[in-house]
Amino acid sequence: MKKLLIILLLTLSFDAIANEEIELQSANIDLSDNESLQRGAKHFVTYCLGCHSAKHIRYLRIANDVGADPQKVLKDIAPEGASIYDQLHSAMNKHDAEKWFGTQPPDLSLIARSRGPDWLYSYLKSYYVDASKPLGVNNLVFKDTAMPNPLWQLQGEQHAEQRKTIYGEYTKLVIEEHGTLSEKDFDLFVNDLVNFLVYVGEPVQLERQRIGKYVILFLLLFLVIAYLLKKEFWQDVH
Amino acid sequence: MNNKGVDKSKRQFLTSALTVVGAVGSGYLAIPFLAQMQPSVKAMAAGAPVEVDISKIETGQLIRVAWRGKPVWILNRTPEVLATLKTLDSELRDPLSNESDQPPSSKNPGRSIKPEIFVAVGLCTHLGCSPTFRPEIAPNDLGEQWKGGFFCPCHGSWFDLAGRVYRGVPAPSNLEIPPYRYITDTRIIVGEASEEKKA
Amino acid sequence: MKPTRLNACGDWVLDRFPVTKFWNEHMAHYYAPKNFNFWYFFGSLALLVLVNQIITGILLTMNYKPDAKLAFDSIEYIMRDVPWGWLVRYMHSTGASAFFIVIYLHMFRGIMYGSFKHPRELIWIFGMLLFVALMAEAFMGYLLPWGQMSYWGAQVIISLFSAIPVIGDDLSLWIRGDYVIADATLNRFFAFHVIAVPLVLVMLVFMHIVALHEVGSNNPDGIEIKESKDPWGHPVDGIPFHPYYTVKDIVGVAVFLLFFATVIFYMPEMGGYFLEHANFIPADPMKTPEHIAPVWYFTPFYSVLRAIPDKFAGVIAMGGSIVVLFLLPWLDRCPVKSIRYRGGIFKKALFLFVVSFIALGYLGTQPVTPVATILARLFTTIYFGFFLLMPIYTRWEKTKPVPKSLTKDHSLEEQLHAIEEQIPAFIDEITEIKPVATEIGHPAFKSSFFNRRPNPVGIKNVATRLAKKLIESLD
Repeated sequence: MKKLLIILLLTLSFDAIANEEIELQSANIDLSDNESLQRGAKHFVTYCLGCHSAKHIRYLRIANDVGADPQKVLKDIAPEGASIYDQLHSAMNKHDAEKWFGTQPPDLSLIARSRGPDWLYSYLKSYYVDASKPLGVNNLVFKDTAMPNPLWQLQGEQHAEQRKTIYGEYTKLVIEEHGTLSEKDFDLFVNDLVNFLVYVGEPVQLERQRIGKYVILFLLLFLVIAYLLKKEFWQDVH
Repeated sequence: MNNKGVDKSKRQFLTSALTVVGAVGSGYLAIPFLAQMQPSVKAMAAGAPVEVDISKIETGQLIRVAWRGKPVWILNRTPEVLATLKTLDSELRDPLSNESDQPPSSKNPGRSIKPEIFVAVGLCTHLGCSPTFRPEIAPNDLGEQWKGGFFCPCHGSWFDLAGRVYRGVPAPSNLEIPPYRYITDTRIIVGEASEEKKA
Repeated sequence: MKPTRLNACGDWVLDRFPVTKFWNEHMAHYYAPKNFNFWYFFGSLALLVLVNQIITGILLTMNYKPDAKLAFDSIEYIMRDVPWGWLVRYMHSTGASAFFIVIYLHMFRGIMYGSFKHPRELIWIFGMLLFVALMAEAFMGYLLPWGQMSYWGAQVIISLFSAIPVIGDDLSLWIRGDYVIADATLNRFFAFHVIAVPLVLVMLVFMHIVALHEVGSNNPDGIEIKESKDPWGHPVDGIPFHPYYTVKDIVGVAVFLLFFATVIFYMPEMGGYFLEHANFIPADPMKTPEHIAPVWYFTPFYSVLRAIPDKFAGVIAMGGSIVVLFLLPWLDRCPVKSIRYRGGIFKKALFLFVVSFIALGYLGTQPVTPVATILARLFTTIYFGFFLLMPIYTRWEKTKPVPKSLTKDHSLEEQLHAIEEQIPAFIDEITEIKPVATEIGHPAFKSSFFNRRPNPVGIKNVATRLAKKLIESLD
């Protein structure tokens, strides 16, 4: 009986390994790095906002949270005529989006919470040339993605190569034509962008961790007094 | 159970200490609970200053704009109106606006920065109805005393065309004047205080 | 003391309203057994969580919009634009999971110490009704954020009703109020979640407590303390609930709040278990997420559903896995209440039951694979076996003699102290001292502690001893 159980558990775990998808690269998330967040905000507005909105965050909130002057944020990253209270709306209308991509580009306010930073980081780096697709590109992380690679001019063109090792076959992406950024700079670029998206997913993160310390310290004090009181009263009980 | 040899004062002290700490904790917990009923960022965004082009307002015409969801009136007063306003002091409760709500730049008999352009929050200071604009003189329903002004239909308060309240009506004070300033001669921004002329 | 105006005013109220009587009956003169242990914290904690859910829930309704077009955005509005809205929302979402953790432990306590047995059957029934109402409350609340998981989870669960023969399709249509989950469903779930079910919950809590205070609390020894009383008519083994258990429960509350606050401030998603990742995508009736699973607290029952290869039978099995809990007081035929004096067979059965419950819970969060299905069937069998075979195996039980009065539990300090004394011997056993290889290095490394290396033989001995102890404790 017990042996059977162990065997079953083992097969289950092997099952899980076999089903595993390609390994994600890990993004380096640091929400206290205001400069990275400011760069990320700029990248987002330049490369994403054309199609994707982030309708749950306002310019004012970004300015306050990343420690930038609201007027400067308005001038540097917001489109012409936007109010500091405006949310990050996209300029593209729904009809055009359906016509061009066959689907509506999703709002990105919460993308980091639904997909996770590593997925986003790997996704943005895993485009490769695939002539069989209507867009001419495919993605290792998100097969048959409907989004063309917005960053190809920066990264250059990647091609997929099959490699064999003793563990089996895997796909390696190789840059054949370099873009305007070096590989290292491109990684930093994507990382800043993902860092910003993680911030946008839950702008209150740092604040809540800061408050949490005080709450927990207070509760510890409360626990100590409550425990002393309990001990004092329970002397009566024999 | 055995209550002998109990240190009563220690018990009392610990009970009080726990009560105080617990009360402080509940107090701090109450702050977010109460604060979450404050206006949200959305409400604040809707309450952002409003820019208005006043060049299109004809003499004698009144336009309404929304600021913080409230009606704000902008009235271009005629020279006759301005002349009438000077004769009314004896009938008014607070002709010099000493007990009324306005930015310093509008604390003058005409209650405005420029005499002809009158800006006010269009809500009666009695219980918050929006008075009607009645520029005509001595209409049938309001009687011969009416020299043009704002009439509140809810409880019958009278205001003149500088928003000053008459004697003997329910409203306690003059209409509120919002902070506003001129960006150019023809554009004003409602919700931002005028920097010049500060008393 | 001279009677003051305030006192007079107080007396005037007390003459007309039985505050004192109520306080005495349920707190100051309610005698509870003096040997409550760790497991007895969860009743008061459940009450605390209920209050938390009601207060934060009221605050959330002030900004939430029960409209399919607005619901998702209004949650994000609460999270970002409403002052402190994020805290209120996390308190509510974490509270939902905390409620089930607390309730599951509370129920396990009841099974372990026989709190459901005569004369407390009705308390158990009220408790089970509470559990069912709580599941309904949680399920309907989960639709409100209107994310992908909310939507498809509700779709699956409501479709369960369509498995009922003859009336099934009409019934599920009636529950939804539309052909799919839609605005109408959201609106009615909001009404149920916000007022109807909470009223039922509060009423049932009241009945649960009134019934408990009528027959008195059970205890880890499973002895009726009312059977031996002192000359004043108080149970010898009882102590007044107030102040003794109020001060004790406050300690429990403080510890619970520490965990609660840690989750709220540092891991509100709890790795996708408390707030699921797919629920950060707005509901899309055109696209099912690749892997849908209910929130963790439903997964054991969901696993039972998936384990059965027939729609109707699956629904019956899932319903049965809850209904069978109601029957517990009549399935268990053993006269002894507490697990301390019960036979080994019950201990083993309970152990298997807990393992299968946790395993079913885990499997419910995982995608279906052939192996997982086999395991789910195995554990489902154990789950039902625990209950349905109970009338048989509890009769053979070789119980130990039950003492006449309560035994003394070692206090936490004593237990910690005992462990502390054993530590040096324990370290000596599992490690061996390696000779120092070099003379250089920090002086601290020359102490014998850092020269110790794990000793396989000692570790094996310790493991064998612990295993033997575990097996013994099950007999």
